[in-house]
Amino acid sequence: MASIQRSRAVRAGSVLRYVVLMAGAVLFLLPFYLLVRNGLSTEQDITSPNWTFFPSSLQWSNIADLFNDPTVPIGRSLINSLVISVVQTVGVLVISGLAGYGLARIPFRYANAVFYFIVATLLIPAAVTFVPSFVLVSTLGWVSTLRGLIVPGLFQAFATFLFRQYFLNFPRELEEAAQLDGTAYWGTFWRIVVPNSTGFIAAIGTITFIGSWNAFLWPLVIAPDQNAWTVQIALSTFLTAQTINLPQLFVAACVAILPLVVMFVFLQRWIVEGVERSGISE
Amino acid sequence: MPALVARLRGRYDRNLWFAIFVGPFVLGLLVFVYVPIVWSVVLSFFDARNTVTPTDFVGLANYLDMLRDSAFRSSLLTFVVFALFIVPTTFVASLGLALLVNRTRFARTFFRSVFFLPTACSYVVASLIWKLSIFNGVRFGLANTVLGWFGVEPIAWLSVTQPPWYWLVIVSARMWLQAGFYMILFLAGLQRIAPSLYEAAAIDGATGWKVLRYITLPQLRATSTAVLLLLLINAFQAFDEFYNLLSSSGQYPPYARPPLVYLYYAALGQGQDFGHGSAGAVLLTLLIALVALVQGRFLGLGRRED
Repeated sequence: MASIQRSRAVRAGSVLRYVVLMAGAVLFLLPFYLLVRNGLSTEQDITSPNWTFFPSSLQWSNIADLFNDPTVPIGRSLINSLVISVVQTVGVLVISGLAGYGLARIPFRYANAVFYFIVATLLIPAAVTFVPSFVLVSTLGWVSTLRGLIVPGLFQAFATFLFRQYFLNFPRELEEAAQLDGTAYWGTFWRIVVPNSTGFIAAIGTITFIGSWNAFLWPLVIAPDQNAWTVQIALSTFLTAQTINLPQLFVAACVAILPLVVMFVFLQRWIVEGVERSGISE
Repeated sequence: MPALVARLRGRYDRNLWFAIFVGPFVLGLLVFVYVPIVWSVVLSFFDARNTVTPTDFVGLANYLDMLRDSAFRSSLLTFVVFALFIVPTTFVASLGLALLVNRTRFARTFFRSVFFLPTACSYVVASLIWKLSIFNGVRFGLANTVLGWFGVEPIAWLSVTQPPWYWLVIVSARMWLQAGFYMILFLAGLQRIAPSLYEAAAIDGATGWKVLRYITLPQLRATSTAVLLLLLINAFQAFDEFYNLLSSSGQYPPYARPPLVYLYYAALGQGQDFGHGSAGAVLLTLLIALVALVQGRFLGLGRRED
């Protein structure tokens, strides 16, 4: 008897759990739905006092209108965002990957001092240094240039730290086999270590790309000129403007999140690993 | 001379290879992190209005001005209020989601993906949805429509200058964006708990809350501490959603300015006052470095694992 009651309680508990999970899932997906709904609506449908779940008609033409509107630099800003994110991701992987490997594997008398020089900057979050960085980058004459947007973001102490931790645990036997062949550090790194670390590289790469694509404060500070706007700045400018074309803004936001949503669908495994690694480094 | 070169290159050219691998990164860090910070500290002791090469040394005056500035102090207060809202709510929400998802066998990946998906959204996009669709303050907004079903009058969420309504909008936006991220961390923590602990508890007849209270939560202590500190540090750096939700046509209201919003307008606003801006940045950096130091100790940065 007791066990039957017990299993009933367990079943009731698991039903309740699914109800809560479903409710949570609906809440979490609702904003995405609103984005698409409003993006494919007419202005009248969005501002109608009678809120409806489905708009009266789907305005697919909103998408074409967005790209054909010369007053909205959406195409240019998407290209800027793409260039910045790709270059920063590749750059961080190469620069931090090399540095992390050097720190983990190449004996050097002052390696510890160099390491502390690097991790000391981890105490200072990048966001707080935007004023000094602005001073430097504007002195270099890089305001509203792709250089100004990209280069300061290439040197990520945290990525280097994570790479070093990862390479410390990389199986030495693999490298030693290569070194017997007379391959130096450079060759070992590119021919043995990198091909055997694709999972970790993908994890760091995906979270770097997401951070770069969604970055806001630095592009806002350093790229006031419309030609250098990233897609986030373009959206923000129209969001905080006096007159707003609602459907256009929503469809632009749909376009802006599309690359990352696609990434989340196909590369989620690596993103999750990247989050786990960056959240708690063990 | 060749002897010196050989010595610099090290045994098996090790010094040379170390320089090739680590050099580019260290050089970049020096130029784009250390130089600006040192420069900023220098500027903070000068009268640097509209110039980055000032000559007028003012000592600690900028710092004293900042500490006397009620706007600066109120930005710290804004952070405290914000942290009091966002840290516990996100912590509980993400832990709750992780516990629910972790115990689910059916459609587990689906639920995890759904809760994690908002991480793909930027603060700008979330602000857009929150400001123009859910909490837009007029009758057709979603929140007001739902309230209307219960006969509640529409609330002008973001245009009421008194709390609490704008806090609700700001906090719920960030929570939606971040809960899935921290849920992933908690899930990873839950996966590391040895099943034998649960088996032992089951033999002892412990169920439900007791297992949670005496096994799960204590075993999650490391993860919980990390999540709390990350939440706190991220809250300190909040900028995007405040800026996008509250500013309109270039104007930001005088209230609800967290530290970075304050700094943005103080240093890069009309005055371009780099002296005071730098002093503010230094003060905020010291404050957050203090928090980060605690975190650094916790994470054990720099401990060699081999």
